[in-house]
Amino acid sequence: MTLAEVWFVLIAVLWVGFLVLEGFDFGVGALHGVLGRDEAGRETALGTIAPVWDGNEVWLVVAGAGMFAAFPGWYATMFSAMYLALILLLVALILRGVAIVLRGKQEGPGWRRRWSAALIAGSVLAPLLIGIALGNLLRGLPIGSDQEFTGSFWDLLQPYALYTGLTVVVLCLLHAAAFVGLKTVGPVHDRADRTGRMLGPLAAAVVVGFAAWTLATASPGAGGWIVALVAVAAVLVAAVAIGRGRDGLAFGATAVTTAAVVGSIFVNLYPRVMVSTTGPADDLTIQNTSSAHYSLTVMTWVAGVLLPVVLIYQGWTYHVFRRRLGAPVAATPTAQIPSPRPAAEQPAGKHRTDPGRTHARDH
Amino acid sequence: MSTVDWARLQFATTSIYHFLFVPLTIGLAFLTALLQTRWHRSGEAAYLRLTRFFGTLLVINVAVGVVTGLVQEFQFGTNWSGYSRFVGDVFGAPLAMEGLAAFFLESVFLGLWIFGWNRLSRRVHLATIWAVAVGSALSALFIMAANSWMQHPVGYTLNSAGRAQLTDVWALFTNPVFIWGYLQVILASLVVGSVVMLGVSAWHLRRLSSPDVFHRSAKIAVAVLLPAILLAMVVGDELGVIEAKYQPMKIAAAEAQWTTCQPCSFSMFQIGGGNGDHTPTKIIQIPHLLSLLATNHWNGKVIGLDELNAQYQQQYGPGNYVPNVFIQYWSMRVMAYLAVVVFLLALWGAWLLWRRRLERSRWFLRVAVWAIPVPFIISIAGWMLTENGRQPWIVQGLQLTKDANSPTVGTAWIVTSLVVFVLLYAVMGIVDWWLMARYARRELAPDEAEPAPEEAEQDSQALEFIY
Repeated sequence: MTLAEVWFVLIAVLWVGFLVLEGFDFGVGALHGVLGRDEAGRETALGTIAPVWDGNEVWLVVAGAGMFAAFPGWYATMFSAMYLALILLLVALILRGVAIVLRGKQEGPGWRRRWSAALIAGSVLAPLLIGIALGNLLRGLPIGSDQEFTGSFWDLLQPYALYTGLTVVVLCLLHAAAFVGLKTVGPVHDRADRTGRMLGPLAAAVVVGFAAWTLATASPGAGGWIVALVAVAAVLVAAVAIGRGRDGLAFGATAVTTAAVVGSIFVNLYPRVMVSTTGPADDLTIQNTSSAHYSLTVMTWVAGVLLPVVLIYQGWTYHVFRRRLGAPVAATPTAQIPSPRPAAEQPAGKHRTDPGRTHARDH
Repeated sequence: MSTVDWARLQFATTSIYHFLFVPLTIGLAFLTALLQTRWHRSGEAAYLRLTRFFGTLLVINVAVGVVTGLVQEFQFGTNWSGYSRFVGDVFGAPLAMEGLAAFFLESVFLGLWIFGWNRLSRRVHLATIWAVAVGSALSALFIMAANSWMQHPVGYTLNSAGRAQLTDVWALFTNPVFIWGYLQVILASLVVGSVVMLGVSAWHLRRLSSPDVFHRSAKIAVAVLLPAILLAMVVGDELGVIEAKYQPMKIAAAEAQWTTCQPCSFSMFQIGGGNGDHTPTKIIQIPHLLSLLATNHWNGKVIGLDELNAQYQQQYGPGNYVPNVFIQYWSMRVMAYLAVVVFLLALWGAWLLWRRRLERSRWFLRVAVWAIPVPFIISIAGWMLTENGRQPWIVQGLQLTKDANSPTVGTAWIVTSLVVFVLLYAVMGIVDWWLMARYARRELAPDEAEPAPEEAEQDSQALEFIY
């Protein structure tokens, strides 16, 4: 295995890691209005991702920077070819990132409603666009022999890519339902279960379609078949487990499904990094887009040392915030009427004693 | 305007905007960590209240800083694919290291710090804010290593395809432009953070809201500000000498010096002096000062723009290698003059502190509030000086900016995205500024004791603090 191939695997791992982690963040953002009937419920739903979403998003930053460093040719072609889609993705990510932080900074239903709308729009649009981008890598775009994109914006909107986008969005929603089911008790947990039961069959159907279409598109090797089967098997397990009290299994299964769906793009791409519809000779490959050996060696050392450290402390974060969050049984008056001081101004040392709030319990 | 001009305008707009948030993040993270350390050591509730107060400002600010940083990373690929292809092998490495070594650290530990108040031991919780501070400073380290390579490329060869290829990664981190530039960025960030902390504290002191508490933050702010601004001026001077060595155009343009001189004087102001005006009217000339700034020698020689341009034309072929002189001249002066203003403010504050009169000096407190925008203007001017002075090169001596953009991306797309970003950034800026101002003017929460662990165990939400 050459260093360039190692980096191809690493980039794939970073994209997979990003969508497995940020996938439920996206889903929770999109579903928070559904999962929480009232403000307290919505806060609980968002509370499940609040401490971790920012760290999850860094996976995207590192995936992008890793492509820049290890495969400048790939990064340059892909990012300039998908110009408008990526700008829209940035807008979506900006909107939802700011919305998560600012939403709770003011009392008042108008303020919260506006940021909630931005959060939902951004949280649906972002995975959709990422899915479309990944689908286009495999389905192929017109690229000339100089590795420059020769098509137009409309080339991005091909059916397979759009369907990949749809698949990623549906998976994020299911993944989020499983995650919130795992991380909460009380009514929010119940609503997550109900949502998951509705989404389960839909997601299963969508993933089966995706697997079939991918196999038909990519003329896969053994790896392609295996990853497709894993995706289908995992989504079926998820659909069965979700909403039946098997919270841990359901979340594990949605995580595996997401990983397999995103991973299948890279497995089927190998050893290409971006397919050219102009002709196989113009495909971007690991070989013809990668950095030179010295640069890859340095980066391999850096990633080899740092990535495990990152995984350890990020994992520790999840351990620290492992407790389930609770919410009132019904909308209590305190949750609706603004308290004298905005929530954020409450000294954290003095806990609000909302009678409706159930205590958290460890799981 | 050409496609490249639009792409440049987009990069300039988005990076200047991004850079309003970066130094404040670095500075405030460090100061918040300092406040929490003092609380940890002394146990005085005042420092806990200050930690939370300024920590909230930090968190609001980080949100916008992070998302605008994402735009910067994507933009190399979307708008500057020619550049990415040419230098990815060298420039990408520090960028990837930034993500792995710094950005993860900052983001993950910020989440732990915000929500970890009742869940982590005091010592571990203190460590998380220091991790945030170190992460944000490391972030700047890798970005500056990458940026300095554009100013003074080192540790590379050009391969057979004419692309830059890394040969010595240590060279990136021993690049003199990087070492002095990075020091400058960290010091400037401390200046930004401490001026903001001083200004906010002064606002409260004037209104006698929790004077016993804000007096302490004002004291710490002055104690950080005075050495930071002093060192920033020293380091800035050294950086000028280094830039003059590797990028002589940058410094010659900063004085609008068209003819070679020895010794060279520094003008306080000038009338005229654009690229078409080679004989501007200079006002109040200080003899020998330019020589000193550019070479560290009393009688140092500064080669004029015309001579440099002729030299470059011989070396790199026909073309115009002079940057925008008007921007260069004035961004240098805005930076330098305002730095002196901040230095005087710091001196004044230190003197008042020594006389134990700071909280009673109405004039000082008023000026300190007004001074809040000043360090932001300084850092923007500093970046204009550095980046405008590099033009027309994107990588000094290696690639021209006009050869660096994405050949397949048309003007219409860039203009569209520029408009979108400007609108989005404007809305974000207004909301962020309004929220920061609102939270900065909020009265301190009443005295609070640290929550007992068993109490924390029962706390189901604990999200009240920030979210």
